[in-house]
Amino acid sequence: MVPISWYLIFAAALFCIGLFGVLARKNAIAILMGIELMLNAVNINLVAFWRYGTPRDISGQAFAVMVFAVAAAEVAVGLALFISVYRRRRTVAADEIDLLKW
Amino acid sequence: MTIDQILFILVAAATLGAALLVVTSRNLIHAALWLIVSLFGISIFYVFLNAGFLAVVQVVVYIGAIAILMIFAIMLTRRVADTPGPRFNSNWIWAVLISVVLFGTISWIISSWPGINGTKPGLVEAFDPVQKLGVALVSPEAYVIPFELASVLLLAALIGAIIVAWERE
Amino acid sequence: MSDPITSIGNWIENLLVSLGTSPGLTVLILTALGVLVVISFVLVLDILLVWVERKIVARFQDRLGPNRVGPFGLIQPIADVIKLIIKEDTIPAGADKVVFNLAPVIALVAVLLIWAVVPFTPTLVGADISVGVLYIVAVGGIGTVAIIMAGWASNNKFALLGAFRTVAQIVSYEIPLVIALLVPVLLARTMSVQGIVANQEIWYIVTAPVAAAILLISGIAEIGRTPFDLLEAESEIVAGFHIEYSGMKFGLFYAGELLHALTIGALFSTLFLGGWRGPFVDQFPILGIFYLFIKAFFVYFLIMWIRYTLPRIRIDHMLNFNWKFLTPLAIVVLMITAITDKLLENVSGFGYTVIMLGVNILIVWITLIILRSYSSREREKVGEPRPVANVDVSNTAPGEGTPSTSSTG
Repeated sequence: MVPISWYLIFAAALFCIGLFGVLARKNAIAILMGIELMLNAVNINLVAFWRYGTPRDISGQAFAVMVFAVAAAEVAVGLALFISVYRRRRTVAADEIDLLKW
Repeated sequence: MTIDQILFILVAAATLGAALLVVTSRNLIHAALWLIVSLFGISIFYVFLNAGFLAVVQVVVYIGAIAILMIFAIMLTRRVADTPGPRFNSNWIWAVLISVVLFGTISWIISSWPGINGTKPGLVEAFDPVQKLGVALVSPEAYVIPFELASVLLLAALIGAIIVAWERE
Repeated sequence: MSDPITSIGNWIENLLVSLGTSPGLTVLILTALGVLVVISFVLVLDILLVWVERKIVARFQDRLGPNRVGPFGLIQPIADVIKLIIKEDTIPAGADKVVFNLAPVIALVAVLLIWAVVPFTPTLVGADISVGVLYIVAVGGIGTVAIIMAGWASNNKFALLGAFRTVAQIVSYEIPLVIALLVPVLLARTMSVQGIVANQEIWYIVTAPVAAAILLISGIAEIGRTPFDLLEAESEIVAGFHIEYSGMKFGLFYAGELLHALTIGALFSTLFLGGWRGPFVDQFPILGIFYLFIKAFFVYFLIMWIRYTLPRIRIDHMLNFNWKFLTPLAIVVLMITAITDKLLENVSGFGYTVIMLGVNILIVWITLIILRSYSSREREKVGEPRPVANVDVSNTAPGEGTPSTSSTG
């Protein structure tokens, strides 16, 4: 039998790997991939707590569905922004898009 | 070591390995393909957790749409010279430090929680979360408002993405 | 002896238990055996499909087809396979080796995975999951990833362009496909494919013909067959995303495409034509496979018929057709079916079917009226005589210029 701690530690590890991707990568699309990993780790947490805690009450899965919708919306708008930025500045490296820096 | 535990460890190792390769790949398309592998691993976890509907929705939404969108965006924003530059920016040591410290903190907090070794409650035979999920998402006492808000959010994202990426002639 | 396959399965299970294997391992071995049997059956059928395809296309084109190799040319597919295997295995320079080699495998696997949820008999289905219909959509997404991998890994601009177009077409036509798949789910109150077949006392093609038509059209677009085969036409884009593939890798793509057509046939017959239903199926469940494949091959014949009769559609016409016609029509059909179903809560059986059929005919009629008014407006716009150039004679030098022709508009 798999205790819940295994799922939680796995989700924490995935979250931290995603966090490393967000903080350390240069390319903006690679940062977005890190964000996706973090959102998936959160989803695993939600569903694990649903299954082990209150499987009769469907709230855990309902919120996981909301997280899916939000993640999809965010990726769509984010990638549209990156493509638009690429057209103006010919780069998607996050530290070269610094016009607003003082 | 029961067979559940062995399967869990195998799939977890594969998913975490793929996730590491996502954040450290030099070639972005390889990173996207490893992302598809780790998303698939997460889908297998949903099956382990008896959330079959979420497993299939994960494949449809993440792999069938989001990952493909990312691959398209990568192909559209490549420079002509096509030599991938340095992978990490100058703060990557701090990033490693922060990730490891955060992981340690979360693990320590989890291990000091009393319900830590809880096992799965048994399920009734005719357990069908799909119908309950459907009813919960449209019933006024449950989650119809977040559901409608999510639809409006998706509509706004749809229109916004088209307008932002429109080529201004 | 009425259900041989289940009896054989039970016998193997008893054998394994008597040998002392743990229950988990028994289930694993039985499942692996089941997977092996289904995949072998489907792949052998795939080889037969090569022969069926070539004979029928020949007959449509008023010629004979292969008839030298074996009786009626039945050994022809084996000859094709041998030819493909002994061809040189080239990888283009600069291509990404692992991704290049993996793409055809994933494309074929994505088609084989669909057969896991097709119910063969009342008691025989690979995996009776409660979200079978959504699983089919998910597996279609995996096929899309394989195509992008193939197009990108070939290191070839035309392959990449072909892959982009293919993915655009597949992702666009997934929407009416999913909405049309939802109509049988609505009528049967379950997403499990075995459940949908079990609820079809009256075949759903009578209850929801418009949805069936939309499923067929979107299915043909999904598998990339004419009239939607712009993606791999030699005269257009030089074979699209599989330009650089030769030998058995191309064979895998080709076999995958044919198998996908048969799979769409099997899906259509399961969801709308009653699957394994037929006379005497209750006493002899094994007859279910027979009926299923008769219906699947009939739909496959229909798809081939359409392929060898209609010309190719241009890509902008194809996308217009999807977004401006099929998707609104599919949404309207789903909404009206749901409303009618709710209104007919207390009517059951025959009356229900007749009223649903009437509603569908109404939808078709109104669609035709709208299309007719739209096309007559188009005809007016194009049919007006265009004004001819008006040459002004008074300003020209003497001895020059013909008398002007005024506009006739």
